[in-house]
Amino acid sequence: MTVARPTRTRKDSAPPKSGKKAKTTKGNASAGVPSGRGATGHRTDLLESMLRIRRFEERCVELYSAAKIRGFVHLYIGEEAVAVGVNEALTPEDAVVSTYREHGHALARGITAEAVMAEMYGRTTGCSGGRGGSMHLFDASRRFYGGNAIVAGGLPLAAGLALADLMRGQDHVTCCFFGDGAFAEGEFHETANLAALWKLPLLLVCENNLYAMGTALERHEAQTDLAMRAASYGMVAWAVDGMDVEAVEHAARRAVEGIRTGTGPHFLELRTYRFRAHSMYDPDRYRHKAEVERWKERDPIGLLTDRMRENGELGDKELARIEQRITDEIDHAVEAAEQAPEEPVEHLLHHVTSSSAEAVS
Amino acid sequence: MGAGETQEAKTTYREAMREALREALRADDRVFLMGEDVGRYGGCFGVSLGLLEEFGPERVRDTPLSESAFVGAGIGAALAGLRPIVEIMTVNFSLLALDQILNNAATLLHMSCGQLPVPLVIRMTTGAGRQLAAQHSHSLEGWYAHIPGIRVLAPATLEDARHMLAPALADPDPVLIFEHGSLYNVSGELLPLTEPVDLDHATIRRPGTDISLITYGGSLPKALAAADELSAEGINAEVIDLRTLRPLDGAAITASVARTHRAVVIDEAWRTGSLAAEVSARIAEESFYDLDAPVERVCSAEVPMPYARRLEEAALPQTADIVAAAHRTVD
Repeated sequence: MTVARPTRTRKDSAPPKSGKKAKTTKGNASAGVPSGRGATGHRTDLLESMLRIRRFEERCVELYSAAKIRGFVHLYIGEEAVAVGVNEALTPEDAVVSTYREHGHALARGITAEAVMAEMYGRTTGCSGGRGGSMHLFDASRRFYGGNAIVAGGLPLAAGLALADLMRGQDHVTCCFFGDGAFAEGEFHETANLAALWKLPLLLVCENNLYAMGTALERHEAQTDLAMRAASYGMVAWAVDGMDVEAVEHAARRAVEGIRTGTGPHFLELRTYRFRAHSMYDPDRYRHKAEVERWKERDPIGLLTDRMRENGELGDKELARIEQRITDEIDHAVEAAEQAPEEPVEHLLHHVTSSSAEAVS
Repeated sequence: MGAGETQEAKTTYREAMREALREALRADDRVFLMGEDVGRYGGCFGVSLGLLEEFGPERVRDTPLSESAFVGAGIGAALAGLRPIVEIMTVNFSLLALDQILNNAATLLHMSCGQLPVPLVIRMTTGAGRQLAAQHSHSLEGWYAHIPGIRVLAPATLEDARHMLAPALADPDPVLIFEHGSLYNVSGELLPLTEPVDLDHATIRRPGTDISLITYGGSLPKALAAADELSAEGINAEVIDLRTLRPLDGAAITASVARTHRAVVIDEAWRTGSLAAEVSARIAEESFYDLDAPVERVCSAEVPMPYARRLEEAALPQTADIVAAAHRTVD
């Protein structure tokens, strides 16, 4: 069992400072940790993936303000390194179970911006046919199982997906994302116990963004060292700097390799921060602006961009090209969603049971 | 297991259910059984006794006492293409897994626009009558019957215990099977299956012309006993076994009331908001002009089920209560 202790307490909710990172995996991503592919092109891919999520969600804010999209919308801005870094360690055959803050997971998993945007619009071309919306994105073809709005509700489900793979002798990993808020739910602890007991091929990814909705970690957890608590179930657990996409990728690769060798579930506590409020409805009164600003200094996109610039891997022209490509992609997604058909009301009762199902959109 | 179970040609409800499980495990290697005490112990009610030895610990899987985790794991395994049968000891304990059943099992198909069917079977006991007090004795199947996206079965006979599981496993959607605890020791000759068990329709357990006794599960034997008593008085009661609580076979209820013009609904749940309330409302909606008397209901007293035998008996629908209710509609 490996318990990597965080190198500092976080009572002040301060971001990890450079040179004194919370990342406690062996090796150091910023010092050129091999990230599987490791090449300049790979860093560019990571950057583009994070930027796609960021720009997609920024557009969602505009569209929400314009009342084009509705419902609860929980943004991932600030946490992009987690979705992108972890996804790099997974293959298309692996399964992903996500949370209600899952636009980033879905896009990193390869669900197109067009399909996610159409879902935000509630259109038939959405990845859930318009029945799920922001919180319930699904894509069976990519083994992407939601989109779960009950904070620990995806964990047992993920254990079952992993169990099925294990029972059939398949070399797949199921990755389950959840937040620090889910740590207080019994379902996390039931699942951790079951997964460790049965040595399930399960990667538990805790996105510790320090707030369960509006309640700070130290106000909702008696013991805030989450990796240590997870380790108590008899699984490998690390705390990782969730703002450093390469550190995330490195830790996720190590964990997934361990899981594939049959050592059972692994737990990653990714220390991250959401720059925006819990949801579009949230006035964000529970935290100081200064705290948010401190964390923004460690913006995962900024961190990687700076690293690439310092190494001469990224110039203004290249960055502009990436930005333009993403802008075009999102423009196209919005345009397509605007023009996509709405589901006829006659289809209301489709898919309640399989016998009430018509053709899948 | 009672001594009677070893006698030739006789079987119990428990043995019939076990045989159904054995057949399912033999027929399809995607099927596995998972739950509290299903393996070494042989099942909390002895249903799965011997299956661990026959099929091994991978397919007859003891779980921690973690209803939410193992029901959710069943859902995940079903999503991934297996055919899990999850056993929960009693319906009271299923409340710990209600989030998984309602928010995931019943919902994923629709929210995913048909991408994620959940072919899962969940079995559990329900009902009172064994002096197990309030946390082991309630009849909450009507709550589950409220939920779109799942099928709810209540096998009341040896034949249904033996033959409902296979079609339940063949259903691409989640199926909940409620086994009334007082039925496990019911013993008799298992009649041969004349046609495949149909999970969409109620059945007439005893045809009659004067009154419809509409019930399901553990109350069926009481309703049949009441029909016998009424018959001795010259009242010819029809007994309808709903069998499937969702989707409810409204047409069978309507057809029976059209024949008899009187109805008593027997349901071991509390009267308020019960399945009996739903059946009564349907009769009011569909059969109002067929009725010669108001619909009567025989349900449990509105009390957490007591331990003391005398109080428990008083709280439960009994044959005498059914006979009395029938008299109120006929007289």
